Amino acid sequence: MNEVFIFWPIIIDGTLTTIKLTLASGVVALIISFTVGLARLSRHWVVRAIATIYLEFFRGTSAIVQMFFMYFVLPLLGVFLPALMAGIVACGFNLGAYGSEVVRASVQSVGREQREAAKALNYTNFQLYRHVLIPQAIPVMIPSFGNLVIELLKLTAVASLITISDLTFMSQIIRVQTALTLEPLILIMVIYFILSSILVSGTKWLERYFSAGRNIHKSGGN
Amino acid sequence: MEWDWNVVASVTPSLLNGLIVTVQATIVGAVLAYVLGLVIAILKMSGNKAVAFITYWSSEFIRRTPLLVQLYFLFYVLPDFGIFLSPFVAGVIGLGLHFSTYTSEVYRAGIENVPKGQWEAARSLNYSAYHTWRFVILPQAIPPMFPPLANYLITMFKETPLLSAITVVELFNAANIYSNSHYKYLEPMTLVGLFFLLVSIPAAMIALKIENKYKPLN
Repeated sequence: MNEVFIFWPIIIDGTLTTIKLTLASGVVALIISFTVGLARLSRHWVVRAIATIYLEFFRGTSAIVQMFFMYFVLPLLGVFLPALMAGIVACGFNLGAYGSEVVRASVQSVGREQREAAKALNYTNFQLYRHVLIPQAIPVMIPSFGNLVIELLKLTAVASLITISDLTFMSQIIRVQTALTLEPLILIMVIYFILSSILVSGTKWLERYFSAGRNIHKSGGN
Repeated sequence: MEWDWNVVASVTPSLLNGLIVTVQATIVGAVLAYVLGLVIAILKMSGNKAVAFITYWSSEFIRRTPLLVQLYFLFYVLPDFGIFLSPFVAGVIGLGLHFSTYTSEVYRAGIENVPKGQWEAARSLNYSAYHTWRFVILPQAIPPMFPPLANYLITMFKETPLLSAITVVELFNAANIYSNSHYKYLEPMTLVGLFFLLVSIPAAMIALKIENKYKPLN
């Protein structure tokens, strides 16, 4: 085990990269979730169609294939993304597709009478979404988003395959250099477990925060 | 970069071979996930607190760590303890074990979603434990489980490319091997994406049908 601790600087480095990757692609995924999720509810069929194609494409193919495509194929088409950027984009776009379904389902789960009330008050479509539907949909979204952010953290491990030096990548370096297998892999698994557990408790906290004093029906999502 | 149909022609046979391995890994992995998930679900609901506690946290540990790392673990660590698994077997075990923690939640939720009144009604009619499960609980608990279980099958299909990291030559790895030796990336990778869509979109449609068929009545 001592041999592994010599490598603590790169373990910390890898942990930070994993966190950075998770946070950055989480932001990308969140933006995409709302954009695509709301676009799927649009009145214009063209917007709905584009959003659906995006969704089916990114949900229908494997994340690792998307990542390799962005890292190895896009340069051939003249788009050069550095490894970290390709990882962020691939993880964010992939999870964003799943997140958009959460947003769509949550917004749709808000009761019909809420829409009617907004209409009766002469709200514009923007006001309807901004002040009525989305604020009520957010508490419904939180548990599903919590699950997705853990999926995202686990997905970042795949980014090690396109040479991003995250936690998994570092464990492979240690494995190759020391011929130790059990110790580095157990160590990074524990780190991943701690990181996920922090995300789980964060989600639980958000859930309590958003549902305080509200009566939300558990519906939608997944 | 020009699209080259000759590359398509020469890479397609090995991709089809890879697709067969992908489908095999998905099916064996899914069967494992469904069976192990049931075992985990039962152990989690065990009356023995220690068993329930250990099962819960072991399955959470598996669920909260990446499948890729677990595959490395099975492939690189087990041989040190004298257990030698072929890449395919290691991959299938990893896939099945990882997703069994998901399917166990499906089983648990299915059983817990049967209203309490059903248990009480069975009891007041003096049903035995066997009859309660056989005629009251399971007939109501099982149908809602089908849609999520079908969706996890599709998810597992899309996770199989991870097996390439432990040298299984499935669809994605077949393309990768070709790419690296011919230095052609555009066609093989695009075809892999296409193959995935060709399988997963019809599969998603079937899953949606299942979902509509087994939708709870309320």
